[in-house]
Amino acid sequence: MTSFPASAIVAEAIFGGFVALTVAGALLAALATRILRSVCGLAVCSLGLAGLYTFLHSPFLGLMQILIYIGAVCVTIVFAIMLAETEESAGRESRRRRLAWGGTALAVSGCVFWGVARLGWDGVRAAPASRATDGSVGAIGVSLLTTHGLAFELISLVLLVAILGALLVARTGRH
Amino acid sequence: MSVSLPEPLRLFALLAGAMAFVGLNAAYLVWAERKAAGRFQRRPGPTEAGPAGLLQPVADVLKLISKQLMVPPGADAVLFRAAPVLVLVPAMICLAVIPFGERWVAREMPLGLLVLFAFGSIQVMAVMLGGWASRNKYAIISAARIVSQDVAYEIPMLLVMITLLMVTGTMDLGEIVRQQAGGFWRWHLFRLDANPLMPLTFVIYYICMLAETNRAPFDMAEAESELVAGAYTEYSGMGFGVFFMAEYANIVVGCATATVLFLGGWQSPIGVGSGPVWFLAKLYGLVFSVIWVRWTFPRTQFYGLLNLSWKILIPASLFILVLSGAALQLSGS
Repeated sequence: MTSFPASAIVAEAIFGGFVALTVAGALLAALATRILRSVCGLAVCSLGLAGLYTFLHSPFLGLMQILIYIGAVCVTIVFAIMLAETEESAGRESRRRRLAWGGTALAVSGCVFWGVARLGWDGVRAAPASRATDGSVGAIGVSLLTTHGLAFELISLVLLVAILGALLVARTGRH
Repeated sequence: MSVSLPEPLRLFALLAGAMAFVGLNAAYLVWAERKAAGRFQRRPGPTEAGPAGLLQPVADVLKLISKQLMVPPGADAVLFRAAPVLVLVPAMICLAVIPFGERWVAREMPLGLLVLFAFGSIQVMAVMLGGWASRNKYAIISAARIVSQDVAYEIPMLLVMITLLMVTGTMDLGEIVRQQAGGFWRWHLFRLDANPLMPLTFVIYYICMLAETNRAPFDMAEAESELVAGAYTEYSGMGFGVFFMAEYANIVVGCATATVLFLGGWQSPIGVGSGPVWFLAKLYGLVFSVIWVRWTFPRTQFYGLLNLSWKILIPASLFILVLSGAALQLSGS
């Protein structure tokens, strides 16, 4: 792979492409007026993220991102949209409310971004001396089922509660 | 095959090869399908263009290219135009990891199996977007059907995959084929010691593959007698042609996956003389069986399709999964 002279530039360009894809997808998801376009934005964003994971030597995570977020989450969201409504959502909110909510969202996301960016600049800027795991399926499986076993089980509990909640909402909504 | 080529050239060779393969494959599978359908129905099929109608695909392509591309008024133009591309590209990516022979693979990856399933899942989303973007009643009904069909059949398919992964212990497609060397009794289809229900696993995979590629008897998405052409109703010319290319490419990818996972890939059934010829023979044998099924069985009803998945296939594949775990535990490996 190193035999080709411009390979570093090509790799940089592909990395830039994935970053652009992620940001563009996120913007599309947030700004689109049609909800199905927002879902497309989410899918594009996931694709970009999958590329970034691959650049981080975690192809398994990248492929799972595609399989789960595009293949399952986006498809499920679209399923819900198609069951729920056929027309465009009626009636936009008033200008003041939109400005207030938009401002709040901008402030919160700005804070989160600033915090995460600070964390990145302060501590873990230098490359670690050795990689913690090799990012292989085996390593991920072992750490999920041993080191982070409790978190793993708790996440499945959260999903169970979410399913029960959805069932409850659906049942009361029908009467 | 192309070990000596430098990386960018390899990439271009892969791209050109995949495009040529997808195009030719679609063109001649359409011919094969029409010929086979003709034979099943006691008529000759295409005969006019060239010997035995062999030039018929060329004529079809010329016709499709020369037709006007239309975006229906009120449609979502961007998504409408993007959908055919989005259907075709994942299938081509999948072709990159399929090992046609010991060294006939564009990119050998330790996670090859996952690549097939990750990119395979995009295709459904794309067909559905095409249906929704058309702003056509039939297309939208078809899109809703595609989604519910996909949600139903993705589950047993992935469960079957997990069962198989427990037997193989690797996601490397080349490695999976190498495990099955030395005669047809070593193929995963007949690995009854690992799981006594292995042939049933193959049948579940095959049914799910038919459903995922929207083939009869599960072609509810483009049920032409009720939905015109389903999600493809508003597409004309090559837009429609690209959807068809993608459909055949997906059939080939699905059958190639079955060949690699269950039928020993490029391994010869008698243990000697393995090579890409065997892979292609098994692959196109399966493709022929897909065509055979389409022209033999009538289309099922939609609730029948969903019942089959939720009430039979998912419990069955879960049972097989548990059984295979138990077998692995008992055999102590």
